[in-house]
Amino acid sequence: MTIAIALQELRKNFGEVAAVAGVNLEIADGEFFAMLGPSGSGKTTVLRLIAGFEIPTSGSIKIAGEDVSKTPPFNRDVNTVFQDYALFPHMTVQKNVEYGLRVKGVAKAEREVRALRALERVKLVGYENRKPSQLSGGQRQRVALARAIVNEPKVLLLDEPLGALDLKLRHEMQKELKELQVQLGITFIFVTHDQEEALTMADRIAVFNQGQIVQVGSPKEIYEQPANEFVAGFVGISNLLHPESSREILGKAGTFSIRPEKIKLGHDLERKATGKVSQVQFLGSFTRIDVELAMGDTLTLLQENDGSSLASPVVESLINISWDSKYEFQVG
Amino acid sequence: MFWLVVAYLGSLATMFASAFWTVDSFTGNIVRHFNFGNFQILFTQSVYRVIAVRSLTVAVLVTLFDALIAIPIAFFMAKVLSQRLRNFAIVIIILPLWASYLVKTYAWRTMFSDGGVLVWLLKPFHINPPGYGLFATTLTLAYLWLPYMILPIYAGLERLPDSLLEASSDLGASAGKTFRQVIIPIIYPSIIAGSLFTFSLTLGDYIVVKIVGGKSQLMANVVYDNVGTAGNLPFAAAAALFPIATILGYLYFVRRSGALENF
Repeated sequence: MTIAIALQELRKNFGEVAAVAGVNLEIADGEFFAMLGPSGSGKTTVLRLIAGFEIPTSGSIKIAGEDVSKTPPFNRDVNTVFQDYALFPHMTVQKNVEYGLRVKGVAKAEREVRALRALERVKLVGYENRKPSQLSGGQRQRVALARAIVNEPKVLLLDEPLGALDLKLRHEMQKELKELQVQLGITFIFVTHDQEEALTMADRIAVFNQGQIVQVGSPKEIYEQPANEFVAGFVGISNLLHPESSREILGKAGTFSIRPEKIKLGHDLERKATGKVSQVQFLGSFTRIDVELAMGDTLTLLQENDGSSLASPVVESLINISWDSKYEFQVG
Repeated sequence: MFWLVVAYLGSLATMFASAFWTVDSFTGNIVRHFNFGNFQILFTQSVYRVIAVRSLTVAVLVTLFDALIAIPIAFFMAKVLSQRLRNFAIVIIILPLWASYLVKTYAWRTMFSDGGVLVWLLKPFHINPPGYGLFATTLTLAYLWLPYMILPIYAGLERLPDSLLEASSDLGASAGKTFRQVIIPIIYPSIIAGSLFTFSLTLGDYIVVKIVGGKSQLMANVVYDNVGTAGNLPFAAAAALFPIATILGYLYFVRRSGALENF
């Protein structure tokens, strides 16, 4: 495994505030890597440190083995897709895409060929002579992508790339970004606060909180085996059994997390509990049921609307729930 | 609004009409008889051509000088200073506009005077600064109109998102290339706006050249002298059309270049 990016004890302070408080991370060549976390968790600052827009307070950044901690952005072999796309308003789509090649002195003929190829990749051929102001949000996003990949960087950095798009377009672009990454074979690192986006697109995810990485793993690991209460709560719906409930129901000490779709109605499975229904929400393909246990914890479960189950439980009524012990994970 | 337009454009129209009248050289009364006599004099007598070229040169130099100083200052204010220091800098830029124009011009007169601070400053370098004349006029005018150039450029730079500068750098452009390829084209309309101020204010000024210009005269002095001493209002009106025509020509040139339709 070749390492594309290696961060060592990376720190960045803004005045008194430590935006990044000691991050260690290795990202492999060709990986689709997500940095997930709430706003202010330091994920965007880490991306900006890798791009070179911020200078680390301490620690090192290596790109393909080479220490670039003090290298200015224009000498780093990474390119960025900005959250606001940052297209040059006075240039056409063609000129925007060619920009990186032009400032590096690539000849006009080659520039045109490579720009066209990049525009083909993002399915935007035919828009070469438009100005950014004449494009929709989704099209601008594609121009920003083309402008970055035309330079064939080792690593592509994407800052909340889909944040400004509507839901339908976002799903479409998620698929396309993934395809593009597979085609190009270059490392993609993207920052997002949307857990669903991270889970669907990434090979691996780093979850950030308060300037530090709290867990790194595959989407499945992050989802099924959250390392602590924060990850369990931030990724997916939080179902926590605090120590009193754990002792009562599981006979174990500590805090445990169970994903809602693993909990079933009735007492058919290994772990059994009884509680009062506090809320029932119809969500279309699922019904979300919140059950308040005697010890004070609330468990959420998702009942599939496949016609097999009886009518939804009534609020305030007592119901039985159960799950398999292999789906409970200690988070504290 | 309506009356404002009438009063403003009406007086301009009156001036335009009166430029085609003459003054009876014996009685001094205005003869309302349409003719091109004033323009004939302006175009054929070499003294007016010299003054026109001189005025244009001074205006162009003042504008270039102001642009050269204003762009780095405005950039520093908009992109380097913190929000608090930025407001403070704006106050500092505007502050000289509250002081009397005459006081500032006389201050420059003192500095350019024989044995003044400029002579004293440049003496160790064995440079003899030029005394009163066109150089002093240009410098003083550039000083006076500098805020009018800084403020529009600052406004333009403040609207320019930082991410554009980062994107340019990210794509491999050095600071110099980013400046030429991204910053200048985007703030071009702001520079044009500033240059309209410096250009027209310079063409309309007759006081600075009287105070620090030595014997030199600019186009506005022709207007002034014909209004006052000579009492030839029609000729003054004709001469006053010069800056208006120049600015209109400049605007037409800018429009034709397409630099304002970039967005």
